[in-house]
Amino acid sequence: MDTLQIADKEFSSRLFTGTGKFSSSKVMEEALLSSESELVTVALKRVELDNEEDDILRHLTHSRINLLPNTSGVRDAKEAVFAAQLAREALETNWIKLEVHPDPKYLLPDPIETLKAAEELVKQGFVVMPYIHADPVLCKRLEEVGVQCVMPLGAPIGSNKGLKTLDFLEIIITQSNVPVIVDAGIGSPSHAALAMELGADAVLVNTAIAVSQNPVAMAEAFKLAVKAGRMAYNAKLAPIQQMAQASSPLTSFLHE
Amino acid sequence: MSSFTKIIENYHWDSMQKDIYAKTAEDVIYALQKDKRTLDDFKALISPAAKPFIEQMAQKSAELTKKRFGNTMQMFAPLYLSNECQNICTYCGFSMTNKIRRRTLIDEEIQQEADYLKSKGFDHILLVTGEANKIVGVDYIGNAIDIIRDKFANISMEVQPMDQSDYEFLKAKGLYAVLVYQETYHRQAYKKHHPKGRKSNFEYRLTTPDRLGRAGIHKIGIGALFGLEDWRTDSFFTALHLRYLQKTYWKTKYAISFPRLRPHSGGLEPKVEMTDSDLVQLISAYRLLDEDVELSISTRETETFRNNIVNLGITSMSAASKTNPGGYVVETSSLEQFEISDERSTEQITEMLQERGLDVVWKDWDKTWC
Repeated sequence: MDTLQIADKEFSSRLFTGTGKFSSSKVMEEALLSSESELVTVALKRVELDNEEDDILRHLTHSRINLLPNTSGVRDAKEAVFAAQLAREALETNWIKLEVHPDPKYLLPDPIETLKAAEELVKQGFVVMPYIHADPVLCKRLEEVGVQCVMPLGAPIGSNKGLKTLDFLEIIITQSNVPVIVDAGIGSPSHAALAMELGADAVLVNTAIAVSQNPVAMAEAFKLAVKAGRMAYNAKLAPIQQMAQASSPLTSFLHE
Repeated sequence: MSSFTKIIENYHWDSMQKDIYAKTAEDVIYALQKDKRTLDDFKALISPAAKPFIEQMAQKSAELTKKRFGNTMQMFAPLYLSNECQNICTYCGFSMTNKIRRRTLIDEEIQQEADYLKSKGFDHILLVTGEANKIVGVDYIGNAIDIIRDKFANISMEVQPMDQSDYEFLKAKGLYAVLVYQETYHRQAYKKHHPKGRKSNFEYRLTTPDRLGRAGIHKIGIGALFGLEDWRTDSFFTALHLRYLQKTYWKTKYAISFPRLRPHSGGLEPKVEMTDSDLVQLISAYRLLDEDVELSISTRETETFRNNIVNLGITSMSAASKTNPGGYVVETSSLEQFEISDERSTEQITEMLQERGLDVVWKDWDKTWC
């Protein structure tokens, strides 16, 4: 079985999902179950931490689903570390999706604060999954401070534009020693399949499922696309045929 | 701490060799058609099945090299500082048991040799010694760098493996690159060819690039000595090593060399012959695996061979080399480490390169950046 290992957990599904933007918690729950996703991110700011009957959490209590709290809303490293500690207390998990986006318009991640926070959170024993730009150098710097994976974006979050950062994602995938999870921008199952064909270890999809006319069916479509993309990657894609080029021989000296 | 020894544990020589020899023409065609190639593709490209495709491989290699490096050739010259050695290497002219006159250059002689190379136009210099830690240890080499630093833009060395702190010390003095060849990745053969001396420690040599990476040395050169064991399998392990290093020490540049066993006094006959055609196949295969890696060729190779490969993948070469300490001016008659095949002058080499449309690059670094 082609599973994905991150820290101490092994995932059969390479489709990670989010919990935002659904029309109701009920629809969210059905869609997530239909996706067969095993890692589901939830914004700490959305959870009523002092309410054991919190509406979102109540719909996520399935043995298949592991919760991945995220720090969405924080603006710098200090706030991110605080949010992570809060999440650890409240949700009893040391996994954290690190999101630091000071810019409220495009929600683009701050690389400097993310790196600072990642370093501190690793020291504090967190399994850190940072959401970042598709920046190959930043990925290596994060790897060096001990993050468990990197989560480069395909396009601005929520934009559904697909893999606009494709060239950089390819470099990241080639160079990385930790799993690469393409996060943000994936708008359709074909985008997800392409990311998997390129060799991404997993994808994270939220808006494209939540905002679809039929989130439950779309979740299943993503499930199949991720599986298909992964199978294609493992089966090795046939290369694009190139036309033969005639040019003067370089190796005729070998036969002289 | 990261170490290549942990990686290589998962790759057994015999099964890798079997894989390579089982590759088919289809595997080669598949590898040729791709844009980005894996180590498995590399196995196909160095396999016997790729022999009919060497011309296509060379064409692609030439194209990729031109794209990344342009129409240029980086020049360097070796400066042999000493032939003292406490190792026994069955194939080497400096081997401890060889009865040759030993010589280690003193400060003034280093100056003279360096001045000569500078006058010939060289600005990238490679310091070479045997392994004799008491005579030519880190302090001796540090002193040699001090002597020549102001003359050259770029200083590399090919000497015994050292500790990380030694590399840090030498880097601070202006050392840019270190070349350290594993000779062979076949453990038993390595033991056989290096029975005595510090070099007999396979692991210490194998982890040298890790120490170099941690010390932040700008460029690391690796490779195998062809003739000791099956060149295909040794080249696969070199490529595996390269990929590991690139992923781990990602700020470092890498270079590969292709030394083929050359005759020397008291020499060993190569166990495995590597033909010119094999070497063209290998150079092309490395370029197809990696567009950025520097591929270097020495004066071990013949004029004809060098003339013909400068356009198909090689990015740096030495010229008019002497492989004996003092060989340029101080004592031109002392015994060489190995025989030089291409004895042309730097002027002749320059002319040859220019005729082939290549700009000869003497300086591509600056001493102030170290």
